[in-house]
Formats: sequence, structure tokens, C-alpha cells
Amino acid sequence: MSTAAQTVKPVMPARHYLNDNYGIRSWLLTKDHKRIAVLYLFSITFFFFIGGIFASLIRLHLLTPNGELFQADTYNKMFTMHGVNMIFFFLIPSVPAVLGNFIIPIMVGAKDLAFPKINLMSWYIFMVGAFFSLYAMVSGGVDTGWTFYTPLSSGFVHTNVIVMAVGILFAGFSSIFTGLNFIVTVHRMRAPGLTWGRLPLMVWANYAASLIMILGTPVLAITLILLALERGFHIGIFDPKLGGDPVLFQHMFWFYSHPAVYIMILPGMGVISEIVTCFSRKRVFGYAFVAFSSIAIAVFGFVVWAHHMFVAGISVYSAMVFSLLSYAVAIPSAVKVFNWTATMYKGSVKLDTPMLYALGFIGLFTIGGLTGLFLAALGLDVHIHDTYFVIAHFHYVMVGGMVMAYLGGLHFWWPKMTGKLYPEPVAKLAALITFIGFNLTFFPQFILGYMGMPRRYAMYSPEFQVLNVLSSAGASILAVGFILPALYFTWSLKYGEVAGDNPYKATGLEWQTTSPPPTHNFDVTPVVTEDPYHYGAEEEVTVVP
Amino acid sequence: MQSLPLFPEQASTVAGQVDALYLFLVLITTFFSLLIAILIIYFAIKYRRTPERTAEQIHGSTLLEIVWTVIPLGISMVIFLWGAALYFHIQRPPGNALEVYGVAKQWMWKFEFPGGQREINSLHVPTGRPVKVTLISQDVIHSFFVPAFRVKSDVLPNRYMTSWFEATTPGTYHLFCSQYCGTKHSGMIGEVTVMKPEDFAAWLESGKAEGSMAASGEKLFQQYGCTTCHRPDSGARGPNLEGLYGRPVRLQDNRVVIADDNYIRESVLNPNAKIVSGFQPIMPTFQGVVSEEQMLQIIAYIKSMADQTGQPLNNRSTPTQIRDTEVPNVQQQMQQDQNQKPSGKQP
Amino acid sequence: MSHSPTTIPEHHPALVHQFDSMEQQREASTFGMWVFLLTEIMMFGGLFAAYLIYRIKYYDAFVAGSTSIDVTWGFVNTLVLIGSSLTMALAVSAAQRGARRGAQLFIVLTMILGTVFLGIKGIEYHQKYVEHHIPGGIFGRFDAVSNYPGQEPNIAEEVAKEKERVEKLSPEAAEQASKQIAKQTEIFFCFYFAMTGLHALHMIIGLILMTWLLVQVQRLNIGPEYYTPVELSGLYWHFVDIVWIYLFPLLYLINRTHAK
Repeated sequence: MSTAAQTVKPVMPARHYLNDNYGIRSWLLTKDHKRIAVLYLFSITFFFFIGGIFASLIRLHLLTPNGELFQADTYNKMFTMHGVNMIFFFLIPSVPAVLGNFIIPIMVGAKDLAFPKINLMSWYIFMVGAFFSLYAMVSGGVDTGWTFYTPLSSGFVHTNVIVMAVGILFAGFSSIFTGLNFIVTVHRMRAPGLTWGRLPLMVWANYAASLIMILGTPVLAITLILLALERGFHIGIFDPKLGGDPVLFQHMFWFYSHPAVYIMILPGMGVISEIVTCFSRKRVFGYAFVAFSSIAIAVFGFVVWAHHMFVAGISVYSAMVFSLLSYAVAIPSAVKVFNWTATMYKGSVKLDTPMLYALGFIGLFTIGGLTGLFLAALGLDVHIHDTYFVIAHFHYVMVGGMVMAYLGGLHFWWPKMTGKLYPEPVAKLAALITFIGFNLTFFPQFILGYMGMPRRYAMYSPEFQVLNVLSSAGASILAVGFILPALYFTWSLKYGEVAGDNPYKATGLEWQTTSPPPTHNFDVTPVVTEDPYHYGAEEEVTVVP
Repeated sequence: MQSLPLFPEQASTVAGQVDALYLFLVLITTFFSLLIAILIIYFAIKYRRTPERTAEQIHGSTLLEIVWTVIPLGISMVIFLWGAALYFHIQRPPGNALEVYGVAKQWMWKFEFPGGQREINSLHVPTGRPVKVTLISQDVIHSFFVPAFRVKSDVLPNRYMTSWFEATTPGTYHLFCSQYCGTKHSGMIGEVTVMKPEDFAAWLESGKAEGSMAASGEKLFQQYGCTTCHRPDSGARGPNLEGLYGRPVRLQDNRVVIADDNYIRESVLNPNAKIVSGFQPIMPTFQGVVSEEQMLQIIAYIKSMADQTGQPLNNRSTPTQIRDTEVPNVQQQMQQDQNQKPSGKQP
Repeated sequence: MSHSPTTIPEHHPALVHQFDSMEQQREASTFGMWVFLLTEIMMFGGLFAAYLIYRIKYYDAFVAGSTSIDVTWGFVNTLVLIGSSLTMALAVSAAQRGARRGAQLFIVLTMILGTVFLGIKGIEYHQKYVEHHIPGGIFGRFDAVSNYPGQEPNIAEEVAKEKERVEKLSPEAAEQASKQIAKQTEIFFCFYFAMTGLHALHMIIGLILMTWLLVQVQRLNIGPEYYTPVELSGLYWHFVDIVWIYLFPLLYLINRTHAK
């Protein structure tokens, strides 16, 4: 700390990536990873709200046990659309395509990703998929559940399964190209001095997620293609009446969809590493362990898929192997949680909004992850499989975990991306509202699940009503918590304070350039000589907050 | 406990064991969640940012990493073993179970007892005796779930699945379909009524109007002309089914399989899949002819022929069915076959 | 962390802004193509796995299906594709040496061979259409037991011969057996068309790629310092070839019975 500090009021840089070029063409034909990240930001925010509207309708409908709000068919479409939109069109692209696209090239000291045109193409492919998905929704919806189990989806429902499958196919290819870009960038475009051991953990986490993206998503692609062929041409690949095997569909589907959940959570974990270090002003505890745990999760994530099928007809011995491996995959996540907690020890902690989200993540992900252990326990899973317990589990890790990580990251890098600060008091309030609303919504669902309420039920037995009402009440609070950031982020674009290069005084290459960064990121290629999170260096110039 | 509903009633022998594992996990979860929550709140307060103190740059501690890897691993292994043992128990019906047959279809449950008693969306069972439900679907995948018993099994088309339980407390409990199956998935519910053995016996008596499943099956056996080939005499073109059920059968390609429900079902619907050694592949298929309920009745009939052991099976010179004296050798060989090849079960 | 000015990058006209040197660009681009091919392996791999599972499950029907597709055409196609990989490799080598005309010639040859491949596939598909072996009933009925004069004998008969059953089958049982196997054979053909169709789609994309490449060789001054587009296109083409090398035995060759 310095007593003779010079204070400088920050100003927006004269030219940066947002004002370098004007006009629709400069945006729709951009090769700048930062602009592409902004394009993705708009797209996925749109789908988050679509999925959120379906969620709200679901919780409204479930206020009463007799399903009086919607017809059963409509309800079935709503939970399907909620799942498909949230998973494929929001969660999977969220951190990688928005925050990762924006920050990773800067974090590795590059001028852009390895393949900028492919990056832009991946956004267009996403939009094509989005178009198919929207078309499927407005022209009658899909009511198979996001899991599309056969033979229900291949031979029994009369809804737009094929159109939706095509939409998901495109979204999958978008994700493959994003992952491919990240992998090549991290391997080949690190700045001089930036060894693997000096990479920020955000890069490690997104790298691991990218490995899963490129290896797992193609299997989903072929599964959906076969499903579409079966449905379109009445062929019996998965339909037993035509000689097919419905359990084969489940194996192929979950071979991707289980690693997919790690695609969703790993980038979030990367964000948390960045935030916890910055707001504890401390290097991360156990860097190598956190970095390698990301890789371990990616690897183990590929061999646990049949834990979704313990009662589906797999052999007892097969089930035991998958259960054992599922416990193995939980350990690296636990290691991360302990390391983040230890990072705060003897740190210098400031509870700014990103940190609030990060701490919320750590707590809620711990609960969500531990409830995964319930589901991995074979004898117990027999009871809680396909009940609200599963729903509570994955919402804890996905919403309490991933969405909070995404929001935390958005808050953390918003100043960098826009050059403006969001209003801190409102943001803190929103974080608190989200945390409270979230727990109120989903904690009762653990109890509901153990009591036996199955999932995907449009009507339920009356004794479940109290907990359902509690959950719906929480959902209304959660909705407020999600709407507030949309409002104040938009507000901050015009009225927010100028952020300056490094409002949080964080380490990391992205904070060494202007906010917003210039189109080419760096005027000179940086040379890296220090470990990441090298907090403990004195600042000479303080910036008026 | 009704004022604070956290668990369904414990109405089966296994419910208490499942709840115990659950409770253990709840304790672990509570402990670790509270630990982490308390630590981060404590650290956030104790080490809050002040001008006087700077953070201490700690790289890490390999010892600590090992400790907090090994301890969770150990706890996980305990949970795994406990869960696996429980699962083993849940998935394997005991031999003396009372048999019930269930057919699931969009959107109802149909049950039938060997004695011919039928129920729709309702199942009566006695206390104190294991009950084994053999299930199949007529259309899509459903799932048989009785929360009070803590049992669940997906119900597949074209393949029999079993679920077993031993009820302990008389009462009425929910039966839910728990695999999304279309429009009325949430309406595909029923009631399991557990009765004391005497009451159950009385209930069984009252429902015998249509004749036992085996009797119905015998009628079908004759109606479909099965008796033309499947006869006990030496000139029969098909294997004799007396004493067949549950016993090993040698096939044409020298494999040995057990004649269980799935085997019989497959033999009726796809007869050329497994040809019994010494016989010609001339049996026609009954795909599309026999309904699921009829199939269960035929199987019940064939099962009822299982009691006639010790009788000469047939007088053909090439023995096809394994005689009692040969059974141990055959079982040994089956074991060897299984060790060498992957089992024919679903991947 | 210190900053230092970069060395002035070589301003090869093909150097794109995000890379510091042609070498880095080439390495990154090649690596990227390998990663992409890895994703393609996973996709075809999933399809192959499903195919193999059913092959084990419906052995007889799949044998019958394999028998009914024309191994001669399949073999010719294999030679054609291997030939096209040779011409492609020669194209890459020519580009590497800066022999632009030579590179373009070999690319054209590759395209011709690729088109020949697709043409032969078209002939095979037409054969299947005429024999009513296209599954699903969209392109005419599926009839595994049909007999087309002069063509392959009917499938059930083939299987029956294989198992020496034909003289022992009663006519009625023969018909039933045929129906069973017909349904399973339909699954074989589903995989046949899915696998060869996906492969053919990749071939078509490859041909489009080659057309683009022809133009690029001229426009971009392909030579020893910069021949990456040709190299990467070559990698893609070789991959498509290798997929066929797997497809051919899996579909045409394994456990084939002797056709008449």
C-alpha cells in the first residue's frame, strides 16, 4: 500500500473492439473473438429466458396437484422444451462461448483464437440450430422429455421430434467447433513464457471441457441421426417391435449426455478459480491439483454413463462397475472445493458480487455434488431414480453451481467486456435474492423425491402439495434474482461508471489491457514471467473506484 | 411422522435398509456441506480485507491434498460397498417368492396372479412372504415404482424384468409409473394393498372366476396348436416341455441356456434364434398372434409342467434335454463358457 | 510480467493476423485438422459400434445382407479410393515442391476418382432399389425375400442353404423364417445405407473441398512456404478413404457366404 498514491479517474479508451467498426456487417461478418462472444451473449440470454419462461409455467402448473393449469400434453411439452433449451442452447455454450471466447485468447496472450472464421461459423451454426429449435417449439412442440427415450420418441409421439433433433444436432456441431478452437489455441498460441504450468485455471478448465466437447458430441450426433432415421423411415434400430433395442438408445444417448454435464460444469469451475483468487488476493491453493482435477473429471466423465441406467435392465455386475467409477469421478470435484476454500485461508477477502456468486457456487455445488453420491449408491438409486431427488440434484449443480458461476463470471468480466461497472449494491442484492430463491425452490424437491414423487408428472398425489407450493414460491423469488442482472447490466451500458483497465486489481493478462480491449487485444505481445495469481505485488497507482 | 413427511412409510423388509443408507448419506452431506459453508463464511469474515493486513501467498500442501483425497475416497468406498450390497439383495428375487405378472401399457397396469385373479391399477399382496413381479410392456418403456417398498424397475417392451419385495405392514401404498411414457404418464398410478396372509388368501379365493393362469395357458397351448409338435412321445417334432422350465437346455450350436421366461418368450416369437439340439428349425413364429397377457399365461402353463421331474422326458436316441444326473456337469460347463465369453446379457 | 516488442513477422501474404509466423500458422492449422478428424472418428465410431452390436445379435440376417451387396463393386470402389488417396498424396507433394500445375492436375485426378466412386455407389444403390432392399418403405416396399430375375438369389434361400435346411423346411415354416430374417435384414440395410450414406456425404463434401482447392492453388501462390490448404485437404481426403477401408470389410466381407 502506498501513501503517496496518485489517483487517476479512469476513462474509456478512444478505440476499442466495440467502436472500431460500426454497422451490421461489421458485427455479422466479424472475426473478432470478442464480438463473437457478444453475439453469443445475446443468443444464449434469449434462450435462458425462453427456458426460464417454461420453468415458470411448470412451477405455476405444479401449484395444484390436479394439474388444472395446463393439459397433460402441454405440460409434457413444457418440461421437454425447458430441458432442451436450457441444456443445449444455454448451459453448454454459456461459459465457453461467451466468457471463454472473450477471455481465453487474451488470457493466453494471443490476438485471437486459432481459427476466427470457424469461431464465427460456430455462432452461425448455433443460430441455425436455434432456428430449428424455435420452429419445433412454435409448430407444436416436442413432448418426449429432453432424453428422447425410445420407443416413445421413435414410434409413439406425434410431435416435432425430428426438427428438434436437427436443432440439437446443429447446436452440437457449434459446440464441437468451439472446443476445437480452444484446444488448438491453448496448444499453439500461448505467449512467450506462458507454459502450461502458468496457465490460468480458467484456461485449464475450458481446455478440459473442450476435450469432452470434441470427443463426446459426435456420438450424440450419430445417436440423433439414427433416431431421426428410425422415426422418419420406420426402421427398427431402437424399436423392439421392429427388432431394435431401446436400451441401446439409452447407452448411446448417455455416452454423450453424461460427459455433457461435465462440459457444462468445468468451465464454471474455471471461473470460480479466477474469482476466488482475485477476491482473496491470493494465489490458488494447490494449483497443480486443481488443474489436473479438471483433466481427471474429463477422463472419468466418459466412463460413468450407465449410472443413469441402474434400473433400466443392465446387469448387476455392469451396474457395480459404473457405480464404482461414479464415486471416482466425484473425488476430483471434492478436491477443487477444498482447494478453493483453502485459498481463502489467510487471504484478504472482499465480498464483491463476483465473490458472492463464487461462494454461493462452492456451497451449492458441494450440496449438489454430494447428492450425486446418493444417486451413485446402487441400492439407494433404485428408490430415488426418476424422482424429484434427481431433479433437485441436477438443479443444484447446474443452477446453484453452473448458472451462479456464469453470473459470477459475467459480473467479473463485465467491466472488461464493456468498460463499464454494474451497480454493486443492486448486484449484491440480486445475488442474495438468487441464492435464497434457489434454495427455496430446489431444497424441498429433495424431500419430494425421497417421498416418492416421480419426475415429469403433470399431476401428483395430494400429500406432495405443500412442498410443491414451497418450491413454486421459491421459483418466483429466483426469477426476480435472474431478471435483475438483465436489467442492471443493460442500464450499466449507458449509465454505469467507467471501469478502467483493472478495477479489481486482478492479475492475469486480460487485466493488463484496456477495458474494453482493443480489437487486436495487445499492442505488443506480452511475455509471461510469473505464475498465475501472483498477488502480493504492490500497486503503485490506485484507481478511484 | 405424518406431520413431518420426510420418508414414505416403511412397508417392506428392504425399506429400512434403504432408509439407513439414505440417513448415512444425509449425515455425510450435512457434515461436509456445513463444514465448507462454515469455513468459507468464517474465512470471509476473519480474513476480510483490511488495509493493515496483506494476504499470505500459500502455494499449497501436498499432505493436505492427499488427506482430502484419501478420506473422501474412503468414505465413497464405504458408500459404494453398502449400496452395492443392498442392490444385490434388491435385484435378486428369492426362490420361494409368490409370483405375480404385470403388463404395463399406455397408461395402465394390468396384473395377474397364477390363480387367474386379475387386477387393473391395483395389486394385492400378502405380508411376510416375498412377492416377485414379472413385468413387461406392451408399448413404450414404463417403470414400476412403489415408494413404500423402495423398489423400482423399468418395464421394457419385448423383455421381461422382475422386481421383488416382501411387504411388512398392511395398508395401501402408491404405485407410480416412473419412466415418462407419454400423455397420461402421471395418471398411470395404482394402489398396492398389503394384507395379512389370511386376508390375502381370502381375497385370492374371491377372484378366481376365470381360472388360473396355467389353465388359461393350457387352453391357449391347445388353441394355437402347440400340442401338435410339443408332445412327450418319441415321434414329436418339437422338444417336450414337461419338466423344462428353469432347467438347462442344450442348443444346436452346443451353447447351454436356462429355460426361463425370456427364453420361452423368445422361442415363441423368434423360434429360430435358439434351436434345441437334435431338433429341426421348423417351428413357426407367433409374433403378432400371441398378446403379452396370453404369453404370460402360456409361460405359467409351461411352468406348471415343471413339477413332473423324474419322468422319462422322451425316448429319442439323441437326448436333447438334460437329465437330472447330468445337471452338475452341465452347470460346470456353463460356468466355463461364461468365464470365457461375455455373457449374452445386454451390454 | 514484462512486455517486449514482437519481432516483425514475415509478411507472407497468406499469414493471418492471429498468428505470429507461417510456421505457427501451419502447425496450428494442421493440429486443428487432426482434432477435427478425431471428432469424425468418434462419430463414425458410434455408428460402427451400433452396427457391430446388431451384427452379433442378428448374425444370420446380417450375413444374408452382406451376401446380397455386390462385393465386386465394393472391391472396385476400394481400389478407386486408394487410387484417389495416391493422387491426393501426389498433389500434396507437388504443392510442397511448388509445382502448381502438377498439384492441380493431381487434384483433378483425385476428383475424377472420387466421382467414379460416387458413381459406383449410385449403381449399387440402384441395384438395392431394384431388388427392393431399401428399408422403411419410402422408396418402394422392402422385400428381403424378393427375387429379381438375373440378380442375387433371395436372401432366405441363401441363409437356408447355408444352414442346410432348405430340404427340411416345410413351405410354411420357410415363409415364417424368411419373415423373421427379413425384418432383421431390414436393420442391416438401415445400417448399410446410414454408413455408406454418411460416408458418401463426406465424399461429396470432399469433392466440394477439392473444387475450392483448385481455385486456391492458383490464387494463393501455393508453394514450399505455404501449402497448408493442400495438406489439410489431403488429410481430410485420406480420412474419408480410411473410413471406407473400415466400411468395406465390415459391410461386405465379414462372414460372407459364397454367392452363386
